[in-house]
Amino acid sequence: MSEEHIVSSFDEDMSRLRDLFLEMGRSVSAQLQAATRALRKEDRSLAKQVIAGDKQLNKLEADLNDLSIKILALRQPFAGDLRKVVATLKGAGHFERMGDLARNIAQRTNTITKAEAETGSIDTLIRMSETVQVMTNSILTAYERSDIEIAEEVRAQDETVDRLHNSLFREMLTYMMEDPRNISGCMHVMFMAKNIERMGDNVADIAKELIYMVSGEWPEGGRVKKDKTSRMIADLDA
Amino acid sequence: MNTDALSAETGAKPIMTARNVDVFYGKKQAIDNVSLDIPENQITALIGPSGCGKSTFLRCFNRMNDTIQICRVKGDIKFAGQDIYDPKVDVVALRSRIGMVFQKANPFPKSIFENVAYGPKIHSLAESKDHLEDIVITSLKRAGLYDEVSDRLDEPGTSLSGGQQQRLCIARAIAVDPQIILMDEPCSALDPIATAIIEELMDSMKEKYTIVIVTHSMQQAARVSQQTAFFHLGELVESGDTQAIFTNPEKERTQNYISGRIG
Repeated sequence: MSEEHIVSSFDEDMSRLRDLFLEMGRSVSAQLQAATRALRKEDRSLAKQVIAGDKQLNKLEADLNDLSIKILALRQPFAGDLRKVVATLKGAGHFERMGDLARNIAQRTNTITKAEAETGSIDTLIRMSETVQVMTNSILTAYERSDIEIAEEVRAQDETVDRLHNSLFREMLTYMMEDPRNISGCMHVMFMAKNIERMGDNVADIAKELIYMVSGEWPEGGRVKKDKTSRMIADLDA
Repeated sequence: MNTDALSAETGAKPIMTARNVDVFYGKKQAIDNVSLDIPENQITALIGPSGCGKSTFLRCFNRMNDTIQICRVKGDIKFAGQDIYDPKVDVVALRSRIGMVFQKANPFPKSIFENVAYGPKIHSLAESKDHLEDIVITSLKRAGLYDEVSDRLDEPGTSLSGGQQQRLCIARAIAVDPQIILMDEPCSALDPIATAIIEELMDSMKEKYTIVIVTHSMQQAARVSQQTAFFHLGELVESGDTQAIFTNPEKERTQNYISGRIG
């Protein structure tokens, strides 16, 4: 496809749309990184910054929504342009949701550090977070380059997040069974892990939309969900 | 292009088929080796930039190009299996089976009634005065105009608004009971409301007729047609299911044109 439209202001709108989307993605990745760091360092002031930072993300999403509607109404895009506007609009919704989940992690960090609750090791949680940050950064590269291969890799990486989530679930059960005083902290960690697992799902969905944006075809077959925690039960006799 | 695959894709049997059609104006070639199926009871839109040959191609379907001295048509165009360029074909009869509506509404300088009655009269389609009246009223109803003009059928056709005149021309085309209606930019001189009324009318007409429309408005092609064919520099670049053409065209030239990247 030629790069430029005959109407140059159409190009300006499309380029602004891309910038807003990339800015949202970078902001989400930074929010998750900061939320995880706040948890690791028990840094309540950083956690508060994350909570406040979500407002900025919501503002970006509102701007992106307005611009998408303007493009759809005034430019009436077709073909590749249409797919780009639709995929970007949907992707921005996922980023906004991810921002909410990162904010929730920060809120829980505040709670458990205030209560000095025992959580056990959070290494697995940190690895989940790092994987989702990598996925988020990769999806931005895939978007910038219209690269389907990277998008496919991102979809595959979500399995790692699901597996880590399963294993964290088992770890937390063990801690909680060892000493009921751990339950409160572990429950919060589990919810944080669930948040990150959901963030991974959101990035995988963006990857799917990106494949449609570039190729015009939705990827075949559903992604294999490796998250098994909804079927796990604590075995007290073990 | 594999036209067999095309008809399989749109899922309707073709009422008209064009194979390897070339059109020349003197030495200048306006259409280059175009093959296209027109599926029955569907709307096919021909789109492309000015001078791409879409109107020329449309006019091949009822031999309107015959009226241009220097125009030569080569290739094979069949209507219901019959070669329409066969020397034995009665062109006047052919044009009653394949009617045409033009860009500018062109009612005869006669009454609304006479505009519609003219075709059935010269083709001797009416058995009686009552029958003729039936044909006129039915045609006006099918063209969505009757309710607006029922009390003034003897007023001149030219007294109507632009949109109404265009619907009068559609009624006139319908009156001789055609199977196909060719429309050459029928809405380009109309306001959006009159355009919407014609588009709604086309949608209801496709149950009984097959429509081929040339339009400069890609939005219109996307709204009204089931099949879209994109012409560029006299070639058929791509044709197929309208939704596929406008969301995920196969050819880069189509992509560039419909997304406003070439004029």
